[in-house]
Amino acid sequence: MSDNSPISYSDKKYKVLGTRPVRHDGADKVTGRAQYGADVQLPGMTHGKVLRSPHPHARIKGIDTSIAEKIDGVYAIATGEDWPDLIDKVAELGEGAVNLHDLAQNCLAVGKALYKGHAIAAVAARNVHIAEEAIAAIRVDYEVLPAVTCVLDAMKEDAPILHPGLRTETLDEPSDQPTNIDRHIHFETGDIDAGFAAADVIVEKEYKTATVHQAYIEPQVSTALWNEDGHLKIWTSTQGAFTARQQTAELLQLPVSKVTVTPCEIGGGFGGKIPVYLEPVAAILSRKCGRPVKMTMQRDEVFEGTGPTPATFMKVKLGATRDGKLTAGQAYLAYESGAFPGGMIGPGTMCVFSCVELPNAVVDGYDVCVNKPKTQPYRAPGATQAAFAFESTFNELADQLKIDPIEIRQMNGVKEGSQRVDGPVYPRIGYLECLDAAQKSAHWNTPLEGPNRGRGVAAGYWFNIGMKSSVSASINPDGTIHLLEGSTDIGGTRTSIAMQLAETIGIPAEDVLPKVVDTDSVGYTDVTGGSRTTFATGMAAHKVGLDLLQQLTARVAFLWECEPNEVQVDGDVYRYRSQQMTFKELAAKLPETGDPVIGRASVSPEGSTNGFGVHIVDVEVDPDTAKVTILRYTAIQDAGKAIHPSYVEGQMQGGAVQGIGWALNEEYFYGADHKMRNASLLDYRIPTCLDVPMIDTIIVEVPNPAHPFGVRGVGETPIVPPPAAIAEAIYQATGVRMTELPMSPPRLWKAMSQR
Amino acid sequence: MAKKQLITAIINGEEREFACEPRQSLLEVLRDSLQLTGAKEGCNNGNCGACTVLLNGEPVVSCLVLAVEAEGAKIETVEGIAAGGQLQPLQQCFLEGAALQCGVCTPGFLMTTKALLERNPHPTEEEIRFQLAGNLCRCTGYDKIVRAVQAAAEGAK
Repeated sequence: MSDNSPISYSDKKYKVLGTRPVRHDGADKVTGRAQYGADVQLPGMTHGKVLRSPHPHARIKGIDTSIAEKIDGVYAIATGEDWPDLIDKVAELGEGAVNLHDLAQNCLAVGKALYKGHAIAAVAARNVHIAEEAIAAIRVDYEVLPAVTCVLDAMKEDAPILHPGLRTETLDEPSDQPTNIDRHIHFETGDIDAGFAAADVIVEKEYKTATVHQAYIEPQVSTALWNEDGHLKIWTSTQGAFTARQQTAELLQLPVSKVTVTPCEIGGGFGGKIPVYLEPVAAILSRKCGRPVKMTMQRDEVFEGTGPTPATFMKVKLGATRDGKLTAGQAYLAYESGAFPGGMIGPGTMCVFSCVELPNAVVDGYDVCVNKPKTQPYRAPGATQAAFAFESTFNELADQLKIDPIEIRQMNGVKEGSQRVDGPVYPRIGYLECLDAAQKSAHWNTPLEGPNRGRGVAAGYWFNIGMKSSVSASINPDGTIHLLEGSTDIGGTRTSIAMQLAETIGIPAEDVLPKVVDTDSVGYTDVTGGSRTTFATGMAAHKVGLDLLQQLTARVAFLWECEPNEVQVDGDVYRYRSQQMTFKELAAKLPETGDPVIGRASVSPEGSTNGFGVHIVDVEVDPDTAKVTILRYTAIQDAGKAIHPSYVEGQMQGGAVQGIGWALNEEYFYGADHKMRNASLLDYRIPTCLDVPMIDTIIVEVPNPAHPFGVRGVGETPIVPPPAAIAEAIYQATGVRMTELPMSPPRLWKAMSQR
Repeated sequence: MAKKQLITAIINGEEREFACEPRQSLLEVLRDSLQLTGAKEGCNNGNCGACTVLLNGEPVVSCLVLAVEAEGAKIETVEGIAAGGQLQPLQQCFLEGAALQCGVCTPGFLMTTKALLERNPHPTEEEIRFQLAGNLCRCTGYDKIVRAVQAAAEGAK
């Protein structure tokens, strides 16, 4: 937190918004009472385990479960044979579309194993130990096939092919040749050749980033009960109960009304808990054995069997005039999609040049299948990689031109009316205001002294998607309001949503009692993802507040025998001539004025709003070991309006530290056999407390014109700038420009040695 | 299947008896047999600290302790921190300092912090970070957690 934060660009004054109430679910979470997915206990519950492929690529010639079936305490075994016939159907699931046929095969393989860790079969047994014994007793006859786990290798003509039927989707005619390239995206604006011809300086660089995982602390866990009446109940750790319901229902060919999903408290997600893995498998096992089945992943299963986010190969070329004005930009982005098509390349291509005005630009993006787990969103999916490539090149350009990195960004930065390369024109945004805050920050204005030290800066961008949210509310006679919502609360959104209803009604945040309910109990709501929850579900909370206000003024008018439009509302006080009444007094009288007062609201804001951030980092590099120590870190971000500043800061700090991990340590190590070698939280090194300093934050508030309170989602932007900012700081400290992530000691030491 | 053994331990101040197989971890027994689900399973191999409980006053990752080792021991879990329906200052500091997001690592952090503050009531930031380095949090970036521990230590002065 910074003394001068938030920096507000609005005159609006609020009573509740901008305060820092204790979260409504807080007491449950500090006493161990909150009910997470693993805490679900049902009568007669059995435990399921998954058998996973030991091979990165293999044909499944046969599965023999006969020995496993005979083990005492084994109740059911499932394989890919148990899927109903699935057609190729694409469903939009919040942060990306999925092909349901592929999704089923990812939950239980059919025909081929496409990565080490791919689910092959599943067992339900009396306890988890018996289930593990049964898994070990299943015999699978594999024909091992050549594998490919590097995006560039997978694009070669003679590469092992994952899906013989796959053809590249592009604007051109698809080729007839089998390929691993699922999609080619191309954006173009202006005249790229003329743009580079007008440049005085051109910088062109290649970049690589490794596969990284969201590494939420709670593994995937689901419990399913397929009841004798044909109704399927699921308790699960998911970012979207309705999305989990849809995926499961479609995979099992059930009407959605036959499936109830109860979202449990969720122990982190960051995009990785949008797709289903266990839910439909537990359901199949439950149907087979007639009992509830709980399935929990072990940590190695989380790394090897759930979606990390893409490793990439990227090229960025930038041209600028001597005085620092960009004239042209070209980007080539090849992103791994993992075992199935449909990776993060779309947003990657949209974000690569999203922070600058570029008159002439070309962007080419490729989505490429490899023998790794199917990639999934990870906080601003696809944007961090692209920003690493773009911002690093931009910093090098600024260095060559001897222009201050913040000034060159101010000179070229996007503002209201700027058009992104992929088409959209920005409404009111806060990028230049973030740069201004960075320039004036205590961090930027404190000289960095000492040997082996350097300072870096980089920017980042992420959309906030809109999508659908529903809430309902009921007024209690004690002057409180129950608020039902369908948005899973990962980082404190119950509170930030409740605060928006409280502000609308003019009551304290504590008097709104939010509850995340199951899919039978509230209207359709999309995932908690895309930085949409505080923005869109908050918008629904405001709308339900307006609905309640209208009903309340009608009740006041009834009591005072006047017209509703004669009632004056000032915060929580209602007035008519000399009479006045508070909301609390009114709530107590409501039962005598007619029906109970309930409200409901649904929203589906279209398009996206826009979040920008700028990060500053100081590092020290040990010249002997190449270990990078983060000395100081400041994250600056436009929140539009920070509903609960502590949670906005928390998102900025958490995102920054995830970005630090991505920059310095985190990666999937693969052996020559294409198998992951570090599938544990010991060897896949996410930052600990001791690896990072306090993360300073400066919140900037440039109101979002598309939200009644000006809110912008804040969850994802802060993971975007760190790798590029740290790369620049390392360069300033060592003179070495790192173009590959992570910038781990061995990799950096090698680069420093070759300097 | 190995025969179950009967174990007696003092758990959150109460004498409890439970039967367990020798292969079962303390975490498994706490959660599945004793319904003390406050300790969380994040990795099941001692890397993340989410299942931290106090064993005779020392923080341990309960996934790496066999339940049979608890015979005669004094065990404290997150459920035992708040007494008489009142949150302890440490819990209050985590709440007021917004030192949790998803909350799944929180029980482990609280137990490690409790042990730290009992041994060293006024730790430096470095000492706090060193002591908490075995507890992984993926959401907060640790800033607010460290500040909450500092606030709890400050309040104890």
